[in-house]
Amino acid sequence: MTTADNGVNVQALLDAREALKNAPEAAQFTWRATSKWQKGVHSTTTVQNFFGLGQEQSHKTETVLDADHPEVFAAEDNAITPIEYLLVGLASCLTAGVASVAQNRGIQLRSVESVVEGNHDIRGILGDTDVRNGYNDIKVTFTIDADASKQEIEALVAQSQKRSAVFDALTNPTNVSVEVA
Amino acid sequence: MVLERGEVANSWRRERWESLRLLTPNWQTRLPGHHYEGPDPDGYMTMGEVIKFIDHFAAVCRAPVRTSVAVTSLRRADDGYLVATNDGDIRCRTAIIASGACNLPAVPALAEAVPSALTQFTPFGYQGPAHLPDGGVLVVGASATGVQLAAEIRRSGRPVILSVGEHVRLPRTYRGRDVLWWMDSSGVWDQRHDEIDDLARARRLPSPQLVGTPERTTLDLNALSAMGIELTGRLAAVRDGRALFSGGLRNVFALADLKLQRLLDTFDAWAGSAEAGEGFEPTLVPASPRLQLDLRSGEVRTIVWATGFRPDYRWLDLPVLDAKGHLQHDGGVVATPGLYALGLPVLRRRKSTFIHGISDDARDVIEHLAQTLAAR
Repeated sequence: MTTADNGVNVQALLDAREALKNAPEAAQFTWRATSKWQKGVHSTTTVQNFFGLGQEQSHKTETVLDADHPEVFAAEDNAITPIEYLLVGLASCLTAGVASVAQNRGIQLRSVESVVEGNHDIRGILGDTDVRNGYNDIKVTFTIDADASKQEIEALVAQSQKRSAVFDALTNPTNVSVEVA
Repeated sequence: MVLERGEVANSWRRERWESLRLLTPNWQTRLPGHHYEGPDPDGYMTMGEVIKFIDHFAAVCRAPVRTSVAVTSLRRADDGYLVATNDGDIRCRTAIIASGACNLPAVPALAEAVPSALTQFTPFGYQGPAHLPDGGVLVVGASATGVQLAAEIRRSGRPVILSVGEHVRLPRTYRGRDVLWWMDSSGVWDQRHDEIDDLARARRLPSPQLVGTPERTTLDLNALSAMGIELTGRLAAVRDGRALFSGGLRNVFALADLKLQRLLDTFDAWAGSAEAGEGFEPTLVPASPRLQLDLRSGEVRTIVWATGFRPDYRWLDLPVLDAKGHLQHDGGVVATPGLYALGLPVLRRRKSTFIHGISDDARDVIEHLAQTLAAR
């Protein structure tokens, strides 16, 4: 149990869960991104600061993310499309979950790879009101090499989905309010 | 003395639907010195039979029951308690809260956004399909209550949509024996509260997808799909008159299937059985589960909230509830001296909330209570 080392400090997470039981207000986080239009459908979004544990927090460095659209959309393709960022978020969240759950269950991981595919009918964003704008469905396929049975690996992946913020955000509705300052 | 707000077996008389039978087989339905003696040990008691069983137990053990006495307040008084009732005050040195975990149906707040044209039921108000409006029915929740009601409403000819969150899948029988025989014999049900890794989670576990029928049929989600019941994800929101369902249905199936297999592996290991057990088909995922239902379209006219129950502690004037309203106790021992609980989920053992599960818990709790009294 104690020999597995996936580089996740599970004890700190368990301690945090315990501490936040009596301090639910400290558990309220606000994540932020700041975006700026460049030209065409190209924008640049920066992420550094967030709020949590009752105070302003900051990542060690600022992350700058560009988004654009591909040439088949008659754009310049300076970067990936916004909807692809959802796949980035989902894959990285589920992978983090697999590593954390494996650590908690004493399972040593050797490699965790996944392929994420989102099926998208683009007629929706082009104005066909009978077609939805977003993904019709998303498929994630994990390939995991670990000291565990197939059943244990399937359980890791299932538990990872159960505790994933991005999986929840994609599978359940969220109130979104967009305003003009 | 035992205080009962109504009659003996009151909740079995007034808070159950017509077709309900116990989930435990007759031979397992036992109380100290009192067990089933009829011709069908593998059957499941109807509500009428349960009421007779408990009535009879109350009579033979000569429990000092005062019926039609509702407790309106329990509070500290001197070194004991003051129990206020509709029939006067009672002072006592010790008290046991045995009012159960299922006093009120737990209906999610999103029910408030359901259009008023729909008729809504909780399991307390639901009697049977004959009392429902015609037309489609949305059943929310897939524990024992949800799967049983969905099945009987479907059999009445109505279209049924079942919204499924996390659930516990069980076959009615395994290797020819009742699955609850396995829970009992293999020792799973005797697992103690202080041996369980995540006790809070064990106490929250929904009731298993079981039904007691003479045919001993399995009522899992595959059985419901085969009856023509449409499965959707967990009801996540009601917005602008539309019910929105989670797109995570596949994973709640995977979680339940994996958990079922682990349990059956536990049974096999206990039985020392090397041969492969009965395999169970994975829960079949609908090709394209719906994510929305327009509640104003008339497709469903009724919603049944099979979303669980919660205890009612409004009468408890003591600081013994946690931030989420659960009674804080350690194996039934409440921090306030002389106060105890019985009949709550995994109170001391996994079997705590089953009828036969009360004996061992009661013995342990009463032993503590007697020592407390003796020490004064």
